[in-house]
Amino acid sequence: MNWTWFHKLASPPHAYRIAARLAPWFGWPAFLLIAAGLYGGLVLAPADYQQGDAFRIVYVHAPSAWLSMFVYGTMAVAAAIGLIWRIKLAHAVAASSAPIGASFTFLALATGAIWGKPMWGTWWVWDARLTSELLLLFLYAGVMSLRASIDDRDRADRASALLAIVGVVNLPIIHYSVYWWNTLHQESTLTKIAKPSMAGDMLWPLLTMLLGFTLYFGAVLLIRLRAEILRRERDASWLRAEIGR
Amino acid sequence: MIDFFNMGGYGAFVWPCFTLAAIVLVWNVSAARRLHAAARERALRRTGVGEGG
Repeated sequence: MNWTWFHKLASPPHAYRIAARLAPWFGWPAFLLIAAGLYGGLVLAPADYQQGDAFRIVYVHAPSAWLSMFVYGTMAVAAAIGLIWRIKLAHAVAASSAPIGASFTFLALATGAIWGKPMWGTWWVWDARLTSELLLLFLYAGVMSLRASIDDRDRADRASALLAIVGVVNLPIIHYSVYWWNTLHQESTLTKIAKPSMAGDMLWPLLTMLLGFTLYFGAVLLIRLRAEILRRERDASWLRAEIGR
Repeated sequence: MIDFFNMGGYGAFVWPCFTLAAIVLVWNVSAARRLHAAARERALRRTGVGEGG
């Protein structure tokens, strides 16, 4: 098999250019999808028969919870690729993912707590789903601070990659926590693809938001990746040609 | 309109969630852009592009 395309893609100048070209293709659809999802979720969807209008929080809670895990998965896969094949661009992807993932983990926890107050009567319980999601936030913080605490870039890449990979264990724990343990958190609404437990006019805004948030992550990751590439390729001659324009 | 903002009595919970989400979404884009602009600025200075016109 011919791998030149891969090496070309993984080369910093090429990735820097491609990222700039791709970012709007993620960003604009994300913007439109999130706008449509917000309108559908806040205006068109009927109030829930049990939760009233409080259920609308799900339109930001579920997409941010999804991203908290999806971004972690992306980060861990990138870290593993960087570690195994020594591809520096992969480490740059991992480094760029961490702060984005942390922000959405925070958002998932915060919106969950705000929803929990009127619905469960408490901001927080130490049940399996909530605790494992909080652990995810600590994992992000650990990966980021480990990276920041090591001056040598290669060592920082390797150490944070290792921690990111070990932390993957937490992802299935978060996902299956609502089935394995008797938790307060409700079970997934969407994993039952064949028979989702949500009415259509409530469901489509949620799916729209999920897709919108995912594309949004792509756009932000690409911008961060460009910054990371510039930071890493400090003395390369291509920089002069690329950014001097 | 008032009904919409009232959110069936849950407005005090619904709106803070959507506000927080807006803050996180805007912050991510602006932080990434600022990071890129700053990295570009530093790289320009390092490589000497832009010096002396």
